[in-house]
Amino acid sequence: MSWSHYAYYLIVALMMIGLYTVISHGNLLKKLIGLNLFQVSVFMLYIGLGAVEEGSAPIIKDGVETYSHPLPHVLILTAIVVGIATTALGLALVVRIFEAYGTLEEDEVITRDAAEHDGVAA
Amino acid sequence: MSTFVLMNVSLFAILIATALAITRLRALYEATMLTALFSLVSASLFVLLDAVDVAFTEAAVGVGISTVLFLGVLALTRSREAVTPRHRLWPAGFVVLLAGGTLIYAVQDLPSFGAADTPVQAHPVTETYLEESQHDIGIPNTVTSVLASYRGYDTLGELVVIFTAGVAVLMLLAHAPRPREHLVHRELILADYRIVRVISKILMPFILVFAFYVLFHGDYGPGGGFQAGVIFASGFVLYALVFGLDGARQVLPQSVLLWLIPLGVLLYVGVGVANMLLGGAFLDYNSLNPGDPEVGQHAGILLVETAIGITVAAVMAAVFFSFAGRRLSR
Repeated sequence: MSWSHYAYYLIVALMMIGLYTVISHGNLLKKLIGLNLFQVSVFMLYIGLGAVEEGSAPIIKDGVETYSHPLPHVLILTAIVVGIATTALGLALVVRIFEAYGTLEEDEVITRDAAEHDGVAA
Repeated sequence: MSTFVLMNVSLFAILIATALAITRLRALYEATMLTALFSLVSASLFVLLDAVDVAFTEAAVGVGISTVLFLGVLALTRSREAVTPRHRLWPAGFVVLLAGGTLIYAVQDLPSFGAADTPVQAHPVTETYLEESQHDIGIPNTVTSVLASYRGYDTLGELVVIFTAGVAVLMLLAHAPRPREHLVHRELILADYRIVRVISKILMPFILVFAFYVLFHGDYGPGGGFQAGVIFASGFVLYALVFGLDGARQVLPQSVLLWLIPLGVLLYVGVGVANMLLGGAFLDYNSLNPGDPEVGQHAGILLVETAIGITVAAVMAAVFFSFAGRRLSR
């Protein structure tokens, strides 16, 4: 463990909190919130890889020598907007699931599905 | 310990505390507001790490649009989470510890955080983006030149993903369940409050003009089509929140929105096809003005950024309208 990697450790910790929320919680909205946390932490990892401590934002200016790398910024800024578009898709599915089942809890949805399946079989 | 490290660690401390609170909260309304806070603090972190364009986008998307969408869904569904049974927590904790441990082990191989001599910085492409772009494209914001010109294909792909997601949301929410007669009454809207009505009317033109500024100024400072699109849409979201969905639909009819969503993608592809007809490669803006490639690059980037702005704004507005419209019809 070297302390020069401190930011990466903290980013991994954030990612894992997001992942934990996705796995452990049964509420579909909470899962999406957890996915959001996880997603933003991945963005931080990418941005961190391109960052230079004494650097400047990659907008070229006279008298500035060191810039952070622009490529991760490009990848991530498009990913953020794609992320909200796909989150919106997830939210739309959540709304439809709620309208069909009257609940957002994964367990209750599975129980109801199983009950209906048994009903059809019998 | 330098100021850089100190500020990073403080921001991460706030982020981790917020994330833990979000995980523990069972009230989803509060969790959503904390997620907005999380986005805002991470935008500050992005500024500190020199990613100003990213910070701009995160602030507009994560704090603005995303929060509004989550709140819209909470209004349609239930805002309280059931108690998570204890037997679910342990396996999740085990998986997370295992995955986290593996990642911690893996990041040891990365170069030190914030170092200037990392493989990322030493790669030849860095010089292309930071130095040669000044002669080839001639705009100071290298993020814009990489986004719209060097990696134009990539950005087209991202735009198509946004288009597809937008269409999917519209299809999922288009056929509203039949409204129940006894529930049809005039909604209490925020426009009944004079201060809210007047302030939002004053703010609206400034928000839209700012979106255009962000779009056209993206060559010289942080900004571009993605941010401009989100800000433009947020103007209409504000209008819909204050004056009700019907008011917003009068200003921006659904049929217009449905035309605008594919228009941006078509304009982007159209620029590429025009380049091919002019004898260049797909999305090679030099062919727009062979005498002075820089002028061609400027024109191409501006057209492509406008295309991105149109589709992003239309998708965001249409998505918000369909969530809000769902509520009226229930």
